[in-house]
Amino acid sequence: MLNLDNVQKALLKELTGVADFLKGAFNVRANGASALRQSTDSIRIVPKKDCEGFDIFIAPETEGERVHIPVVMTKSGMKETVYNDFHIGEGADIAIVAGCGIHNCGGDDSQHDGVHRFWIGKDAKVKYVEKHVGAGDGKGRRILNPVTEVHQEEGSVLEMEMTQIRGVDDTTRTTTADLAAGARLVVRERLLTGGKERALSAYTVNLDGKGASADIVSRGVAQGESFQRLDVRIVGNAPCTGHTECDSIIMDKGRIVAVPALEANDTDAALVHEAAIGKIAGDQLVKLMTLGLTEQEAETEIINGFLK
Amino acid sequence: MLKLENISFTVPCATGGRTILQGMNLDVPEGKIVVVTGPNGGGKSTLAKLIAGIETPTSGRILLDGADITAKSITERSRLGIGYAFQQPVRFKGVRVLDLLRLAAKKPLDVDEACKYLAAVGLCAQDYVEREVNSSLSGGELKRIEIATVFAKASKVSIFDEPEAGIDLWSFQSLIAVFKEMRHEIKGGSIMIISHQERILNIADEIVVLKDGGIFKQGPRAAVLPMLVGTPLAVGGCPKGGQGRSGKC
Repeated sequence: MLNLDNVQKALLKELTGVADFLKGAFNVRANGASALRQSTDSIRIVPKKDCEGFDIFIAPETEGERVHIPVVMTKSGMKETVYNDFHIGEGADIAIVAGCGIHNCGGDDSQHDGVHRFWIGKDAKVKYVEKHVGAGDGKGRRILNPVTEVHQEEGSVLEMEMTQIRGVDDTTRTTTADLAAGARLVVRERLLTGGKERALSAYTVNLDGKGASADIVSRGVAQGESFQRLDVRIVGNAPCTGHTECDSIIMDKGRIVAVPALEANDTDAALVHEAAIGKIAGDQLVKLMTLGLTEQEAETEIINGFLK
Repeated sequence: MLKLENISFTVPCATGGRTILQGMNLDVPEGKIVVVTGPNGGGKSTLAKLIAGIETPTSGRILLDGADITAKSITERSRLGIGYAFQQPVRFKGVRVLDLLRLAAKKPLDVDEACKYLAAVGLCAQDYVEREVNSSLSGGELKRIEIATVFAKASKVSIFDEPEAGIDLWSFQSLIAVFKEMRHEIKGGSIMIISHQERILNIADEIVVLKDGGIFKQGPRAAVLPMLVGTPLAVGGCPKGGQGRSGKC
């Protein structure tokens, strides 16, 4: 299909999760260059002139289409910053599948910093899925620093699913959002770190319009000597509802810091946060062992369920 | 089928040790329902945990089909044919009811198959299979799902620790029907139930009364039950939702 090597193809498959994404709009970025790109009648992908990246224009009322923008890096020592701006027309209902796979077999660090900005039009509905995959046995580190900036107009809905399951040595994720009246933001973040990996994730969500709402749920598992820090800040500037839940399991010598923060600047802002960190409960292990699982199998089943 | 020989269990405490069970012998015959009753603190829950492998006896042997399983782990005993329903079932974030039933049955289950086990405990499968076994479930729902997992596991010996606790919205008749169905479905399987409830004692083939760490009475229902009716041992000696004191000093 594409002019990609087998490692790149394998990463791509893991990122997209579907074999037929080439039917819709997409841009595949491999080792710093666009390997293949396709627009459709309603989704145009236009390269930026002043920096690396694209403007992605989604026509109003576009329905049921998907945009795939995977990035694969297999060259050790590469460092890049890429800007992708999504302009989503009013009333559109679409899915965007992004993600970055780094395979580093060399001794130098590989780093991809993706900056994604979203302008979501009135009453548009967007599902955004982002997956990070790291592989390779080189000594060079795999580094990903995604920045996501979201602007939601009235009545728009954005659902974000972000997943990173081991393999990325260092991540700093920064997400900011501002929501107009009646807009809704739903975030589901899943994070599993091991070894000496370090993952930081910070959200600032401004609920600016009447009836805006946000639901930010992050689940993390820190194994080995890894470290995670999650900062979620929801700011209510109008009558609105906000909920954040940071739920984490620590194992081995893992460390986790969870800092949920709420700021209400309107008496009708209803904001709630929950945070819990703990090891796997002994009773959970025993229950699954009474069903015939070994302790290790029980642990895996509990973690897989937790991060599902 | 299941045999306990001279089982003792002592927990350490400041004064040296507290004996929960002392020199206990018990037979659970194939295909029978054995109900264990007795006053709180008599060692009933400890007995169940010793059989499941959650606790280890201080001395004595546990035999399953003639093989000594005393040194076997929880996992090994489960695989050899011991099932155990928790008195206080465990919640799991992210693990669905269907996942638990699948793990219990040791095979992929479709919704129709899962339905059989959930319907047996009075839950509508369509509403529950995809639900997580988390705090969104009530105590009663959780208890019924716990019973369903042990049913799905189809063990040689299935042990239920106070299955009636917390199921107040569901009828006793339905609970009793589950045990009857299990006996019918699991050919030759034995069921051991820890309960004070007269209605559960009424379906026992054998009744065992535990007291002060030993067997106070044991025999066929017809012989033992008349002695218990009207006493706390047959009507609910444990407050609703209460727990035994197993292993606590």
